[in-house]
Amino acid sequence: MEALIDIALIPILKVVVVVFGFAMAIGTVLTWVERKQSAFIQRRVGPNRANLGPITAFGLLHLVADGIKMILKEDIIPDGSNKVLHMMAPALGLLPVMIIFAIVPFMDFYCHGTNVVIDGMDYCFAEGGIGAGVVRLDELANPLYNPRLGHYFQIADLQAGLLYMFAVTGVSVYGAAIAGWASNSKFSLMGGLRASAQMISYEISMGLSLAGLLMIYATIDVNDIVREQGDLLFGFLPAWGIFMQPVAFVLFLTASIAESKRAPFDMPEAESELVAGYFTEYSSMKFAVFSLGEFVAVVFIAAITATLFLGGWHVPWLYADGFHFGFDAWTGGAATTTAEAVSAYAAANPPDLALPYPLVVFLRIGAFITKTILLCFLQLQLRWTLPRFRYDQVMHLGWKVLLPISLLNLVVTAFFVLI
Amino acid sequence: MSVEVKSVERPKRNFWEQTYIPEIIKGLGVTLGHFFGVVARPKKNIFTVSYPDVKRDYPDRFRGKHRLMLREDGQVRCVACMCCSTVCPANCIHITAAEHDDPNIEKYPEVFVIDHLRCIVCGLCVEACPCDAIRMDTGTHCEPFTDRNKAFLDRDLLMQLGAHSAAEQGGRYSA
Ligand code: SF4
Ligand code: SF4
Repeated sequence: MEALIDIALIPILKVVVVVFGFAMAIGTVLTWVERKQSAFIQRRVGPNRANLGPITAFGLLHLVADGIKMILKEDIIPDGSNKVLHMMAPALGLLPVMIIFAIVPFMDFYCHGTNVVIDGMDYCFAEGGIGAGVVRLDELANPLYNPRLGHYFQIADLQAGLLYMFAVTGVSVYGAAIAGWASNSKFSLMGGLRASAQMISYEISMGLSLAGLLMIYATIDVNDIVREQGDLLFGFLPAWGIFMQPVAFVLFLTASIAESKRAPFDMPEAESELVAGYFTEYSSMKFAVFSLGEFVAVVFIAAITATLFLGGWHVPWLYADGFHFGFDAWTGGAATTTAEAVSAYAAANPPDLALPYPLVVFLRIGAFITKTILLCFLQLQLRWTLPRFRYDQVMHLGWKVLLPISLLNLVVTAFFVLI
Repeated sequence: MSVEVKSVERPKRNFWEQTYIPEIIKGLGVTLGHFFGVVARPKKNIFTVSYPDVKRDYPDRFRGKHRLMLREDGQVRCVACMCCSTVCPANCIHITAAEHDDPNIEKYPEVFVIDHLRCIVCGLCVEACPCDAIRMDTGTHCEPFTDRNKAFLDRDLLMQLGAHSAAEQGGRYSA
């Protein structure tokens, strides 16, 4: 029974909660936020008419109204289009951004034993307290060695997390490209071509900008990257990616906004040039799926940027047993140590403000969601602040600016990692 | 003849402007300022008038829907002189003149239609009228309609909106 819960029930529950309760929910609300936020930036009122009697809920009911409208609209498949591909394209656009949430970590694994914090890292000792004899610290923190630790707040605890991310973002170009090709419209085709060119160009700088981060943290497991960010730089500054790799942060954010095909990089849609770009010929729910996919991509970019650069689920200075402002240096060796040394270290470094573990879990999940929402907000704000690029400028920026800078960043990082 | 050339100095961008990043942050500052200004005090910072719910007072000289003024005895003041339909830039006043039974009145408009689909609300017809027969001071506008015929305002309708004019027929004021 317990095995069934572990194998089937919990993963399904995770998928439902994360994909539908988190990604889709925030994505849907973002369609409203975007309109309201842009209105406020331009000192307008924004959507406020949809109502149930006196209830308008700040225009939130427009979401319901939009949904109903989209479902009731006529679904048009243009003459001469490739029917099958035309049907498939919206699904191909939305699916990658949904399955990519598999690697987003909301929290560390749930520790069923005793938490010990050593020099800015949480270690979980199995039930029954700290055992006697020799302890391998790296094994303790790794659920692969200790299956009871495997209750992750993440759909799939993939060792190759970031590779999976790159694989899926690589696939996500197909939605737009096929939509453009299958619609039998010049505008769509132009949009699809632009989408492919732009996404492939920016994927390179996106990958390279992260390479520096991978060198520093020496892992591609997303959860390990977050765990490493709990360290303290110079004894006070959280070792978040943004402090370790500020250039990579800017590069990654730029490249991923370009990946999401939103203004200022909205070349594939280009309302002013291409009607609506690759989804010009889509109506009804298919159109809705495309635009929802775009917003879910915004949520994903926010989530992954928070994970890699803003410390993921870390609350600054909060560790598994409470707030610590600084640690004694750990002298017991990197990997192998004795249980006595660990106990002695833990006794010498009590938390400055002890908190119960469930509260810490709650705070961490809350921190992650807050960071994600703030980054979504930032992306929308950027979209309404910056003017659009011209198409050649987009390519110029991708190949001649971002790529060299990310290469340079890589070399400099490699140099620092070596010494 | 020499051509006068004014050389405009191109603005130079320094390094930081070229990287865009400080400029983007400045831009974000501006938009965030607007955003939080509106969030904090929406009443003060939004100037939108929610039109059908909230109506603004029109200025005194607002040019609204037309009306045709009346004589003492309730007949139409218009003498079908065609001044208004001649001056109308949108060519939207259609008048058919007819002989009046009363020998003191030369002509009257048998048909007088203003096509509000074409009217640009310029007010020239009012300026042109020699006998204060047409006015645009109703303070309302042409209502939205789904039937085109509703946009053709005919004489009787325009007269219903009308009233007696204090002006003496012929253009002079009596008192
Ligand atoms: S307001 Fe101007 S356009 Fe309208 S009827 Fe008079 S003259 Fe013609
Ligand atoms: S100008 Fe005045 S009197 Fe002449 S036709 Fe027009 S409304 Fe009638």
